[in-house]
Amino acid sequence: MKIAVCIKQVPTREWQPRLNDDKTGIREQDASFELNEPDAFALEEALRLRERHGGEVVVCAAGPARVQQVIREALARGADRALHVEDDALAGADAAITSAALAGAMDGERFDLVLTGLQSDDQGHAQVGVMLAERLGIPHSTIIMEVQIEDSSTGAGQGGRLRVKRELEGGWFQWIGMPLPALLTIQSGINQLRYATLKGIMAAKKKEIRKVAMAPGLAPTQRIVSLSLPTRSKQTRLITGSAPQAASELVRLLREEARVL
Amino acid sequence: MILVVAEQRDGTLNRSTWEAVAAAQQLAGEMPVKAVVFGGAVEAVAKELATAVAGVLVVEHPALTVYTPDAFTQALQQVVAALGPSYVLLPHTYQTRDFAPMAAVRMGAPIITDVTGVNGTGASATFARPMFQGKLTADVRHEGKGPRLVTVQIGAFRADAVRRGGPAEVTSVEVAIDTTAIRQTPEAPFKEAKQAVDLGQAERIVAVGRGIKSQENIAVAEKLARAMSAEVAASRPICDSGWLPMERQIGSSGQTVAPKLYVALGISGAIQHLVGMKGSRIIVAINKDGDAPIFEVADYGIVGDLFEVVPALISALEGSRQ
Repeated sequence: MKIAVCIKQVPTREWQPRLNDDKTGIREQDASFELNEPDAFALEEALRLRERHGGEVVVCAAGPARVQQVIREALARGADRALHVEDDALAGADAAITSAALAGAMDGERFDLVLTGLQSDDQGHAQVGVMLAERLGIPHSTIIMEVQIEDSSTGAGQGGRLRVKRELEGGWFQWIGMPLPALLTIQSGINQLRYATLKGIMAAKKKEIRKVAMAPGLAPTQRIVSLSLPTRSKQTRLITGSAPQAASELVRLLREEARVL
Repeated sequence: MILVVAEQRDGTLNRSTWEAVAAAQQLAGEMPVKAVVFGGAVEAVAKELATAVAGVLVVEHPALTVYTPDAFTQALQQVVAALGPSYVLLPHTYQTRDFAPMAAVRMGAPIITDVTGVNGTGASATFARPMFQGKLTADVRHEGKGPRLVTVQIGAFRADAVRRGGPAEVTSVEVAIDTTAIRQTPEAPFKEAKQAVDLGQAERIVAVGRGIKSQENIAVAEKLARAMSAEVAASRPICDSGWLPMERQIGSSGQTVAPKLYVALGISGAIQHLVGMKGSRIIVAINKDGDAPIFEVADYGIVGDLFEVVPALISALEGSRQ
């Protein structure tokens, strides 16, 4: 099985947002970055499928040079090699451009299975995986909680079938079958993540990262007019003071003002 | 014209469809709003929709009775080609997320997802959507040609704000679906083991998020829940880690609740969580980050270390009861 995992580098969860001067983007120089957590679950699932069925795991990322940080991390966790579509214009690119950039780099590889996280923690479009499947001309399913490979005796590029458990809303699930090659967006929590070992980190230094130029002529399909701090839908009554003071005041308000205790 | 793609299951309209209609009416300006419903035997649904829009299109086909992204993409593409709407609005459900981006690529159309607000009307409108886990709101405009697709976040518009009128015409539309191009084979939906707790019935809920830090610390939240006669619940990452069972998860992939009191401990308030709890009557947020999005929906807030505040709350509750 030749498996691709698409990963994204996003600002860390602790990052406090600061806007650039025209308020259409963030001040990149203030941000520190990490692997998009949903993509970590997709990577873990790919590594587990390789352990069961053999083959290779190729990490694919589209972004500026700084994205190498998370590519190295994925290689340290056990991916075999990487494709990096490198272009400064890919920082903050929309899903249509990102998926087109990835499709251009991945098309010739003829992957049996492509995995992505279900959405990114920065832009959160939840579009790139589905768009990438359409651009690669392969079937897809989204928000997947379990992956079963049927006919796994067949080698790379030999077809075979998938059976996947898709999460629906409100606690419902559904099994879906489809032919390989296919693309799946993986739901967070599908597996327990592994972290890189020292051995893995050392081995990653020798693994191949193939750089690919972005296809020319990709046009954005949306533009951010402005970014701002969210407006509050409610006026929050903030209770200050020491922990015991704040706690007794809150209990008093919940009893006497809100009457919910 | 604005086209709303209705979502129904077994002849019942999804509530989020009405929210998408409300968004469409706000966006419309002078434009008429129409709705399309895909499936089989959707007559009753169409009649219901006809009270709120200027026309309902019914697309019935054996290949559309059970949802697949491949069949729905074919159907939507043909309906859009026939009608030429300026905007296509869809509720931001798991089903929409599964096929709308595919349809956008196939139609060469721009798409903006997860929209929580509409600014302006008609062709010059822009759309608000959360970014960076709700830390920022982006005001976004479509670029390029083609019908503009928009998915409307659940709970962002009020279903009861939909303006109603006389019943509009319901028209049947034929589509040609190439069934050999449907690659997914769906099986019947099912629920995992019966849910032992129905959080929807709980009067009070104490919910924990990443800020609880470790499984051992769940006990602190459970103690507070006992002192408040509340049920314990959690945001997605806590259930993903196995610290609480999945059936206690609140949010778009878990349960939707509206208790009298919702206490959020160490929950940042990503949109996926907020949609599951923002209907609660009183929301209390306790979080060390005063800029966390949970404070946008909180009635009372304490910015501080939950490991100090929660034991103090338990003492205050127990002390004053004696």
